[in-house]
Amino acid sequence: MQKILTWIDDRFPLTALWKSQVSEYYAPKNFNFWYFFGSLALVVLVMQILTGIFLTMSYKPDATKAFESVEYIMRDVAGGWFIRYAHSTGASAFFIVVYLHMFRALLYGSYRKPRELLWIVGCFIYLALMAEAFFGYLLPWGQMSYWGAQVIVNLFSTVPIIGDDLGTWIRGDYTVSDVTLNRFFAFHVIAVPLVLLILVAVHLMALHEVGSNNPDGVEIKDRKDPTTGHPLDGIPFHPYYTVKDIVGVVVFLAFFSIVVFFWPDGGGYFLEANNFIPANPLQTPEHIAPVWYFTPFYAMLRAVPSFLNSQFWGVLVMGAAVVVLFFLPWLDRSKVKSIRYRGSLYKGWLALFVVSFLILGYLGVVPVTVWGQFSDKVPLLATADKATVVARVLTVVYFLFFLLMPWYTARDKTKPVPERVTG
Amino acid sequence: MANEAQDGSMDTKKRRFLIGATAAVGSVGVVAAVLPLGWSMMPSERARAAGAPVEVDISKLEPGQQIKVEWRGKVVWVINRTPTMLQNLPKLDSQLADPNSNDSIQPADAKNGYRSIKPEIFVAVGICTHLGCSPTYRPDIAPADLGPEWLGGFFCPCHQSKFDLAARVYKGVPAPTNLTIPPYKFVSDTRLLVGSADKSA
Repeated sequence: MQKILTWIDDRFPLTALWKSQVSEYYAPKNFNFWYFFGSLALVVLVMQILTGIFLTMSYKPDATKAFESVEYIMRDVAGGWFIRYAHSTGASAFFIVVYLHMFRALLYGSYRKPRELLWIVGCFIYLALMAEAFFGYLLPWGQMSYWGAQVIVNLFSTVPIIGDDLGTWIRGDYTVSDVTLNRFFAFHVIAVPLVLLILVAVHLMALHEVGSNNPDGVEIKDRKDPTTGHPLDGIPFHPYYTVKDIVGVVVFLAFFSIVVFFWPDGGGYFLEANNFIPANPLQTPEHIAPVWYFTPFYAMLRAVPSFLNSQFWGVLVMGAAVVVLFFLPWLDRSKVKSIRYRGSLYKGWLALFVVSFLILGYLGVVPVTVWGQFSDKVPLLATADKATVVARVLTVVYFLFFLLMPWYTARDKTKPVPERVTG
Repeated sequence: MANEAQDGSMDTKKRRFLIGATAAVGSVGVVAAVLPLGWSMMPSERARAAGAPVEVDISKLEPGQQIKVEWRGKVVWVINRTPTMLQNLPKLDSQLADPNSNDSIQPADAKNGYRSIKPEIFVAVGICTHLGCSPTYRPDIAPADLGPEWLGGFFCPCHQSKFDLAARVYKGVPAPTNLTIPPYKFVSDTRLLVGSADKSA
């Protein structure tokens, strides 16, 4: 065995890679619950790729056959229902895990120097993930697939001057059609996954270069054991965190299985009811809502009224809501990283931000008429849909969290940061 | 190398020029190679051919009735409007965003109060100018969900945009402009050609 390993090591740095990336990669010893989600995201990525490969063996990217081939997978392919439900649940699980992973970064300032690039690569992963989910959602060729794609592609058609041609170029036709389905299949199964895998590799390389942050936001590399040269507050990733992460994976898979086996449609949020009807270009469903993970941005899109005869503004706002994330490392001017040592200003704004995001997410699933209209006696707001007004206010809160950040993080009363990590 | 000076020093200026020139030519090559890939995503000849005009028989279209035909994969409505419907149209002008259709798309012969060539026969692309959903035909007057002011029109289920029976958009809804009127012409009194306004065809 040792001989084989030596033979390989002489030709490929296998042992060296294992040591530098895993068994001698020192991670802070105080990781908590929030640090499960990075490894979970990796697990879900692998599951999506695996289940995806087996789905493509039975799926047909053809407008006349796609819907039927998905039903064929569900009914006739041995274990096909399991593979498909694992893939569809995996999509939602991916976003749950990634949102919690990103929230962890907000809690502990994991995007701060020297981890700016790590954060930016992460934002690109999030973008790629959204593209992947969007392309994949067209493939079952149900009503919601079709009209969802129609709405999203038309977002590009709102771009001034080149919009119409851009939309036609993306669809490859004057409307969402077989051509569109075929190319979205290509994007979903090869183009975007490749990009995603490369980005994840870059994300991990960047992480292992700068080292993991921790709940105290203390740089463990600043205090090293003078004899070994290892961080005093660091422990090797393997075996300590591999074992810890396995516990996380087991618990995650338990919840995941409950959904796959007993609740695969996630109450209509993971698989929408309208998508069990084949796509019909001549009939728009009564109520179109994207899958839950896009709804906060969708609510913002709907909240922006058309202006100067263009509804490009809503698209701009929606795009800006994602793009602003990239600038986070430079918007935060606090002296400390972790929420443990931040003052009430940041805590308050973060709470407002999370609440806005969640309510916008809810508003994006329901029709704008959900809360009725203001009576015509209310000044300014007369007869306006209540939900639209709330969505407008929350959109402003969402952006203020970022735009006012340089101001409130600099003014915030911070607590002293300990020299070594705690607990 | 031949172009190194006798003393072994390097002509860095020349080297930088050569690297730059190679990179520039290489980039042109890459762009030239990628262009056909992007070009292949344009609508194919078959998709273009499917965009040909469609003939519609309107002889059996009852007053108030709507039929849907497909043109270029888009839904096109043909509606036979009743005289009451036509009389109600001007009453709504004050509630509309673009009552005279100045910012909307329609052929010149349909740019009038009725947005049609013949007042009663209404032809429109049934795709919301907001984000491409297909609005529902709601000719009923003052239904419970649309309020007592409703005089009939089109209602988009996606984002609640409202249009009157000439597909003119209401103020304060997400859709920016009136629905598009496609080019069309009457081949005879009962036959309509959607997608072509050309007098000779």
